[in-house]
Amino acid sequence: MTNLLLNIDAGTIDWSRAQFALTAIYHWLFVPLTLGLAVIMGIAETIYYKKRTDFWKKTAQFWQRLFGVNFAMGVATGIILEFEFGTNWSNYSWFVGDIFGAPLAVEGIVAFFMESTFVAVMFFGWKKVSAGFHLASTWLTGLGATISAWWILVANAWMQYPVGCTFNPDTMRNEMTSFAEVALSPFAVEKFFHTVISSWIIGAVFVIAVSCWYLMKKRHICLAVQSIKIAVIVGLIAALGAAATGHKSGMTIAQVQPMKLAAMEGLYDGGKGVGLKIVEGLEVPYGLSIMATNTPDGYVPGINELLNGYTKPDGTVELSANEKIARGKLAIQALADYRKAKAEGADDSSLFTLQSSLKENMPYFGYGYVENKEDLIPPIAVNFWAFRAMVGLGSLFILFFGIVLLIVFDIPMVSLIFRRLFSALGLMDERAADRTTPADAMPRWLCWAAILMVPLAYICSESGWLVAEFGRQPWTIQDMLPTWAAVSDLNAGSVALTFFLFLILFTTMLAVEINILLKQIKKGPEL
Amino acid sequence: MKKNFLYRTIDLYYDGFRHMTLGKTLWAIIIIKLIIIFAILKIFFFPNYINEHSESGSESDFVATELIDRASSP
Repeated sequence: MTNLLLNIDAGTIDWSRAQFALTAIYHWLFVPLTLGLAVIMGIAETIYYKKRTDFWKKTAQFWQRLFGVNFAMGVATGIILEFEFGTNWSNYSWFVGDIFGAPLAVEGIVAFFMESTFVAVMFFGWKKVSAGFHLASTWLTGLGATISAWWILVANAWMQYPVGCTFNPDTMRNEMTSFAEVALSPFAVEKFFHTVISSWIIGAVFVIAVSCWYLMKKRHICLAVQSIKIAVIVGLIAALGAAATGHKSGMTIAQVQPMKLAAMEGLYDGGKGVGLKIVEGLEVPYGLSIMATNTPDGYVPGINELLNGYTKPDGTVELSANEKIARGKLAIQALADYRKAKAEGADDSSLFTLQSSLKENMPYFGYGYVENKEDLIPPIAVNFWAFRAMVGLGSLFILFFGIVLLIVFDIPMVSLIFRRLFSALGLMDERAADRTTPADAMPRWLCWAAILMVPLAYICSESGWLVAEFGRQPWTIQDMLPTWAAVSDLNAGSVALTFFLFLILFTTMLAVEINILLKQIKKGPEL
Repeated sequence: MKKNFLYRTIDLYYDGFRHMTLGKTLWAIIIIKLIIIFAILKIFFFPNYINEHSESGSESDFVATELIDRASSP
């Protein structure tokens, strides 16, 4: 951050960013398990509704209990992010609050109330409401959480791809021109599906891990096996769905945030038919072109093209960074001149001219704050490795769920062949390979692998957010406001203080949650 | 006599809270967390920056000064 021409302490910017990242990362430890477990507990209770056996009722209640622990610990962790907007990112809040605030308000009023209403029926209503109403409440609890996620992701998507707005130089605010354009932005839709579906992976992995622990302890075998069967189907569908939605997101990012894609790949010089790096020196031929354009010879711009300008395949010209910076400066100067002229009582004709100049250059407004074009490059190492962590682990989950599926479901011939193969490779006991009961067939190493999948699933999920948010840098709002313009002029020390306060608070909460969850898992279901 | 919706709703919550076991611990954690967040963090560490640094009604002038002054000269 060496290009600051202002007297904002660079430490203020970095600590503010670090604080927001810390809060968001901790918040995202609780949310995906809520979304994922909601699906598992909903399915378990649906089976109970159909079969009306005490076993399925207790199974559903068990997973609902763990859902409740996570839900309680996660509640209000997101509120702090909103506090940070008003304190640490005050220019941002004012500049875009009318748009950004709307989805957050809807989330609080509609989705959270829906969630919190039906969660009460879910926990308190077993003996008070009909089985059908209770089942509906369980699903509506999950739906409420999912709708919450929709609105938060609409807000985040707008930061990445600001649409449906126009800037008012009198109020210094961006004003919403189309709620539909904001709420149904293709970026928001794709982000929603990818984020929610990938959360189901965490729910599935968690359930399989807990169940495998029970198998190893030879406790609650029936609950473990049945829960693994539900979770592995949810997990495999989610893992494949996350891959598909991730590909779609990649294509959109190639269109609206090409610098993010270039940073994810560490791609300096673009071109046609670009390979997708697995690591340096090893790549999938044409992989990046396919990811970005769905065609093997699609054009993908690199960092140098994006900084120096290039002609796109459709003939349109992407301006160089220097040209954007020049236009951005014109926009900011026009804004300054307009406000000065208005304060001095200038005539409408003069004001109109100044407004026109502002409007014409508004798409590059944020570039006016940039001195060195290199500051437009996001942190490449973080993006590069976070993307690989996400995709690599996502692929691992597909493999993991596939293996577990073949073991727990006795698919005629296929499962037997698979188990024999595993046995031949020494990965499964010979006697277990011939058994058809999953409890006996699940090898111990796979049970431990299932437990290991839990932290890996969180690493995968958080890595996705690192790509999303580090890839957006230096923008708080893409092309409109870089971090050094958005941040409040606070003392770096005070921001650092709250950073460490949060670190202590959230770590304590996480330790408490893990403690309570482990106690409840050890206690087991009330079968 | 069939009890009305209001009665059944109140009974749901009253009975539910009364018979909580794990829920009591979770509610205690939630309440402590909310007190920390709203009564301590919000008040002492997260004031509204613009309200503190500008006069009421002049927020747009404050932000305009911030954003214009932070830009580099053409």
